Amino acid sequence: MSTLGRGRAPRRSTALSSRTRTRLAAGTLLTPFFVLFTVAMIVPVGYALWLSLFTEKQSGLGFDGPRTVFDGLGNYATALGDQAFRDGFWVLLGYCALYLPLMIGGAIVLALLLDTALARARRFFQLALFLPHAIPGLIAALIWIYLYTPQLSPVVAAMEAGGIGFDFFSSEGTLPSIVNIALWQWLGYNVVIFYAALQAVDRSLLEAATVDGAGNWRIAFSVKLPLIRSSLVMVLLFTVIGSLQLFTEPLILSRGSGSAVTSTWTPNMYAYSAAFERNDYGLAAAASVLIALAAAALSFVVTRFTNRRKEARP
Amino acid sequence: MISGNRWLSKSAVNVVLLIAAVYTLFPLIWLVSAATKDAGNLLGGDVFSLQGFDLAHNLSELTAYQDGIYFRWYGNSLLYAGAGALGCSLVSVAAGYAFDKYRFRGKEKLFALVLLGVLLPSTALSLPLYLLAVETGTVNTYWAVLIPALVNPFGVYLSRIFSAGYIPDEVLEAARIDGAGELRTFWSVGLRMVMPGFVTVFLFQFTAIWNNFFLPLVMLSDKDLYPLSLGLYNWHSNANADPSFYPMVVTGSLLAVTPLIIAFVTLQRHWKAGLTAGSVK
Repeated sequence: MSTLGRGRAPRRSTALSSRTRTRLAAGTLLTPFFVLFTVAMIVPVGYALWLSLFTEKQSGLGFDGPRTVFDGLGNYATALGDQAFRDGFWVLLGYCALYLPLMIGGAIVLALLLDTALARARRFFQLALFLPHAIPGLIAALIWIYLYTPQLSPVVAAMEAGGIGFDFFSSEGTLPSIVNIALWQWLGYNVVIFYAALQAVDRSLLEAATVDGAGNWRIAFSVKLPLIRSSLVMVLLFTVIGSLQLFTEPLILSRGSGSAVTSTWTPNMYAYSAAFERNDYGLAAAASVLIALAAAALSFVVTRFTNRRKEARP
Repeated sequence: MISGNRWLSKSAVNVVLLIAAVYTLFPLIWLVSAATKDAGNLLGGDVFSLQGFDLAHNLSELTAYQDGIYFRWYGNSLLYAGAGALGCSLVSVAAGYAFDKYRFRGKEKLFALVLLGVLLPSTALSLPLYLLAVETGTVNTYWAVLIPALVNPFGVYLSRIFSAGYIPDEVLEAARIDGAGELRTFWSVGLRMVMPGFVTVFLFQFTAIWNNFFLPLVMLSDKDLYPLSLGLYNWHSNANADPSFYPMVVTGSLLAVTPLIIAFVTLQRHWKAGLTAGSVK
């Protein structure tokens, strides 16, 4: 190496061997993160697991107030036995059935269009599509809810003028209303991810396909899409995990007057209401654990089914 | 014929993109014009006309309400997001650097644990954090929101990639030969070279904290500790009963998103770096 010729002592001589030194350095650099990781992730999860095993029982005559007693998997049985909690997962299933095809399909189509030689003003389109992601989820939900509200909204007024009556807050309207809010926030984000992956595709492959007589459609679906497979899997995974956490939008809708959304509409809302409306911490902890388990199971299924190579390594 | 076909597909491509852009921009344009209208025009759904322009009035209402509590929320959001993101990116970059540059036993197992943390849904974690905070008596304090904000396993994942991309091993070796200690090498060579990655992690975490609603919702009951999202939610809840809150929610929302939009537009390079590092290999 270039330093070989220098007439300096090659290495500082210390009592510590270089192996010990690197171990010490690695330990020092890793410690802050892992301390925080333990405090803010591992301990809360462990504590929730522990708490989920206990329940409060009224003591015999009710003189001493409730006592906390060990209940095994009782809270899990309560949650899973509760129609409201199970219904939450059905709501999520319906949500995903509508949301995933629109999101993934829409983002892929827009990214492929941006990637064609025909698209103009690419920087503008990327920025315009990406901008909603800068809006906090709560504010995005508020903006859209105002755009759904008949007295406030120019959209509803225009639709009515055009003879289309649609109640965004009715029981049929709720799911599309919420899907639209999520779609608005995340569509551009995913377009940018797909577009970047498409840009990284080796151009000579595309030229070879063109020489072989493949048309634009053929190239898009048979050459480009398989090549951005790892991006597709990642986006799908994060979209599914995100869907499972559905909370803010339905919470705000549930607070509206005459809303079709109940306070336990999604699993997360169920856990929230168990903690803050029923003050049943054991049940809230059990519900949170079940949601995390569902997320883990889904991640597993998504990565398995798409048969990806080993976990991403930098 | 061929050129006509090409013109047609060119128009089709750009029209589709334009429709998508109108869809994403329309609500923002509505927000801007709604924030400048007085309550009468806002509630009439008449926000795109030039009548009833009253931004100054809306702003003064916002400032006056409960001695300017809105700006207290603004300050809180800046504190949570600024301090949280700064701490988080330092801690993440240090860990990512160690994962990238050092070899030690159990490294990949430890990194797998970090990746597992990436997959843990943040809202599924918020209630357990709340239950723990109740137990430790930290609920309804600044710390309850700030400490969880310091941890982002995805930041470590990104930092490891950035460290591998930005810091050549030869440079570190040269610093070692010059007699610099390991930590000093990290601080004065590694950290400096990985700065673009540091900024990316910072921006990511800043937006994540600024946007977080569920954690403050469960943790905080004292209005003086609220971040913007929780304060606006509170006002929105009042608006059902008292429509005069609508202009305050709308104007407050506009002020809340403005710095983020400016940051997005001016720092595009960093956003894209963060987005694509995770997906393109």
